[in-house]
This record gives sequence, structure tokens and C-alpha cells, in this order.
Amino acid sequence: MVENRPWLTLWSHGVLLTGIALIAFPLYITFVASTRTLEEILQVPMPLVPGPHFWENYSQVLTAGTTRGAAAPVGQMMLNSLIMALVIAFGKIAISIIASFAIVYFRFPLRTFFFWMIFVTLMLPVEVRIIPTFKVVSDLGMLNSYVGLTLPLIASATATFLFRQFFMTVPDELAEAARVDGAGPMRFFWDVLVPLSKTSMAALFVIQFIYGWNQYLWPLLITTDESMYTAVIGIKRMIVGGDALTEWHLVMATAVLALVPPALVVMLMQKWFVKGLVETEK
Amino acid sequence: MEKRVVFRSAWLPYALIAPQIAITIVFFFLPAAQAIWFSFLVQDAFGISSEFVGLQNFRQLFDDEHYLLSFKTTAVFSVLVASIGIGVSLVLATAADRVIRGALAYKTLLIWPYAVAPAVAGVLWAFLFAPSVGIITFALKQFGIEWNWVLQEDQAMTLVVIASIWKQISYNFLFFLAGLQSVPRSLIEAAAIDGASPFRRFWTIVFPLLSPTTFFLLVVNIVYAFFDTFGVIDATTQGGPAGATQILVYKVYHDGVKSADLGGSSTQSVILMIIVIALTVAQFRFIERKVQY
Repeated sequence: MVENRPWLTLWSHGVLLTGIALIAFPLYITFVASTRTLEEILQVPMPLVPGPHFWENYSQVLTAGTTRGAAAPVGQMMLNSLIMALVIAFGKIAISIIASFAIVYFRFPLRTFFFWMIFVTLMLPVEVRIIPTFKVVSDLGMLNSYVGLTLPLIASATATFLFRQFFMTVPDELAEAARVDGAGPMRFFWDVLVPLSKTSMAALFVIQFIYGWNQYLWPLLITTDESMYTAVIGIKRMIVGGDALTEWHLVMATAVLALVPPALVVMLMQKWFVKGLVETEK
Repeated sequence: MEKRVVFRSAWLPYALIAPQIAITIVFFFLPAAQAIWFSFLVQDAFGISSEFVGLQNFRQLFDDEHYLLSFKTTAVFSVLVASIGIGVSLVLATAADRVIRGALAYKTLLIWPYAVAPAVAGVLWAFLFAPSVGIITFALKQFGIEWNWVLQEDQAMTLVVIASIWKQISYNFLFFLAGLQSVPRSLIEAAAIDGASPFRRFWTIVFPLLSPTTFFLLVVNIVYAFFDTFGVIDATTQGGPAGATQILVYKVYHDGVKSADLGGSSTQSVILMIIVIALTVAQFRFIERKVQY
């Protein structure tokens, strides 16, 4: 700090604490609701401290689901979310890194054209081409399958850019040395580029894992089978309309289960997360 | 920028780029082309035959008051989400930039909402504001405010705006914090020696230097409000009441999936594509300018 102003520092702490409290408030209430019975929640105002029904509620949603809304066990949904997030994260990293390797380290006809083709996909988020993409996937018979959930979301312009940017900073001498020593392009890729890219991969992984886990519109469209729901979709299906009809204690337990894994990834891998966030936006 | 040293192979680069290109063609270009094609067609009621009608769909859309209302709703929604979200995050980032003790703990506790899915964020806030059981609804009632977002248009809008901002604060916060930390200390010190108060220093030095970050966040937040908030809206108001929270993306989904109006929905998709392209170009123009700083 430039100068010592205790009041200003105190004020800063006050602002931060207020901010944290306001941001955490919905999560706290959600957690409280997930440890109570429905009757306790429906009696207004609901209690503001956690109750004793934690195990009861969580084991019911994990193994059996709700009774009035979606009846699929949330354990299965979380597994689906995990598969979706992991396949999307690893898939994006894998196909982007080889694509940018081709673009940076080779000269071939149509190279610029391909690069622009990938670039343009930035401008076509799934939300703007909902119906036709759905048609393509249903024509290919990929509804209610992991392939349908993940494959259409795996092409990523941002990841390709990130690797391209990074490869540009790799000294030419490395490729030269590899060539002099008689190493082919794939040998160079595996032994030099992949180890050097580890930081970028970790950063991308965090961002893409969250992206995959939190997908909403796409799974909403292509999963009609309860056993293929992801956790985020499951919550939505549990809300049956009407405050009194929804089993809020179970919905809230599912919400906690759906947000804890990605939140943990962000908080535990904070360094990679911040790096990934800043770099994918360059 | 080009590499000086390259490898030679007649087939390898094509094999390496093939997966990415194949997925791009099948899931991006094909559907986008289809959307454009459908936007010029009108289907009969049974979806059996369709007829080429040129720009009629577009003309119809811009005569449709629901669509124009949806444009207005989207504009109000995204301006609210972007401006309030950026304002709140700037205050938090300025405070976080000042404190030394507990900095990491503060940061960790502020960034986690980024990991929450928009739909889950919507459910969390919908529960707090629920008309009969919500704890905030109860608190507001003590102040004499009747809260029922299921019926009140303004309240529905308030709910989706709050939920959307809540999720986006952490993103804005991190970018502002990075921006604040790259402001040269020497400038601040010089101003302090000249007797400028912290408040004055912020407005005359720090804030102008942050303007690239602010502009960048403005574009990102508008894109976020346009597209990523779909989950927030679908999990809470579903566009209601009476279309008060029906943003453009939600209308594409609603008309295409729920009303099965292929031509109308595709036409809206095409208009959205044009908006995304404009926003992306704005973003890239900005990045080019930043390089020259």
C-alpha cells in the first residue's frame, strides 16, 4: 500500500465481508433447507439453522430421487454429469491440441481456410442453432446417449487458439534440434510439445470441466430418458410447479450435490482456474 | 505470425486437423446452414411440405409485437445484468486490491459462484424469493412489500437479473482484480505524494487505466446475458409472466421446441447469429486496440 489509512483498510475488509456474506447467503439457505423436512420448510418463515435430516435427505435423492418430480436417483445423474464433463474436457483438449499442432507446424493447402473455419465456430454458440443441431443429432440416432451429449460440444475454437498461441511462443530451435536429430513430427509432438503444454492443459481442463458439468440447454433437448439426465437437468425436472407441491428439501439437496463438485474444482485448482479464465479470453 | 521451422508431410496435417474439422462441419456448419435455409421457408401445418418465401419470415417477425417486445426485454435485461454486475464487482475488486491480510481467503470465497450452473443459480434464488415459502419474500412482507414474481412482471425481471448477476460477479471480479494489479504503482505513489486522496486517485488514474478491462467485460457480460442466462430463465420464470422475461434466446427455444414453429424459430436463430457476429467483431476490434497501448 502507498500509505497507511486504517479506516480505508477497515472499510475494504467490511466491503469484502459483506460481499462474501451476500454471495454465500443463497448457498447457506439452500444447505439449511436440504437438512430439514418439507413440513419445516413450508412453515413460514423456515428455520435458519441446519436441521438433523442431512443423511436422510441426501441418501434419498442419491439413491431414489424425488417422489413427485423426476424419480431417477441423483447418484446416476451425477455420474452422467461427471462423464459428460470429463469427456468434454479431455476431448476438447485432445482434438484442439492436434489441430493447432497441424496449423502451426505444417504448411499445407487450405491451412488458412481450416483455421478460419474453426475461428467462425466462436460465433455459433449452441443457443443460436438449437433446432437444426438437434435435428442433426437425432438423424444420427444420438439422442439419449453419451455420444450425443458430448460430441457436438467438443469442437472448441478457444482451446485451439490457446494452443496455437502457446505453440507460437515455443522456440524454433527446439523443432530444429528435433529435426537435426532425426525425430519425426509426432515424436516431436509427444516428447517436446505435450510436456511443455502441461500448464495450458491443466488450465483448460478446469474451465472445460465446469463448462461440461454446467451444460443445460443441450442435455435438456436431447435427454428424454431419466437415466440419461445430468444433475443440473434433474433439479429442473424435480420442480413440479407450485411452491407447496415441490419437495424443496430434496431439490435443495440435489442443488448442493450439483454445485459442490465444480465449486471444489474451482477452489482447489484456483491457480489453474484463474490462468485458464484469463488465457482463454485472450 | 508464422513458424520458421516446419515439418513436411503430405497427409499428416490433414489427419491431425480432421477430427476438429469433421465435428465443426457436422455440428456447426450444417445446422447453421440449415437454420439459414429454413428461415426462407414456410411449412404447412403438418410439416409435410414447405415453400420458399424469401424474406417473408423476416418481415413477419419484425411486424410481430411479441418479437419486438422480446428485443426490448433482452436489451433491458442485458443492460441491467452488465451494468450492475460490473459496478458491484469493481467495488469488490478495489477492496480486494487494497487488503493484504486474508487476501487469498477473500478471493477463494468470492470466486466459487462461477462454478454454479446458471440453472442451479436460478433455482437457488427462486427458492429464496418463492411466493409462499421464500425467506426473502417473508422478510419483504414485514416491510409491507407483496412479493410474487409468478404474477408481477417487474419482480420476475428482478429475480432473473439478481440470479444472473450473482453467478457472473466472480468472473468480473477476477478480471478487475488482474487489471487493478497491473496499474503501475509509481503512478499511484506520485499522485499520493502530490496529495491526491485515494478517492481522487481512483477516478483520475486507476479507473481510466482500467477502461480496456471495463470495455472487455461489458462485451462479455452482454454476451453472457444474451445466451448463457438461458438456464436461469428456464429454471425460474420460463419467460413469464406474459413474456416479461422472455429474452431472444428463450424465444428461439420456446417457438422452436415448444411451439414447433420451424421457420419462425430459424429466422430468429439467423438474427441471433448476426448479433453474435457483431459482438464478436466488437470484441476483436477491442483486442487489436489493446495491443497498441
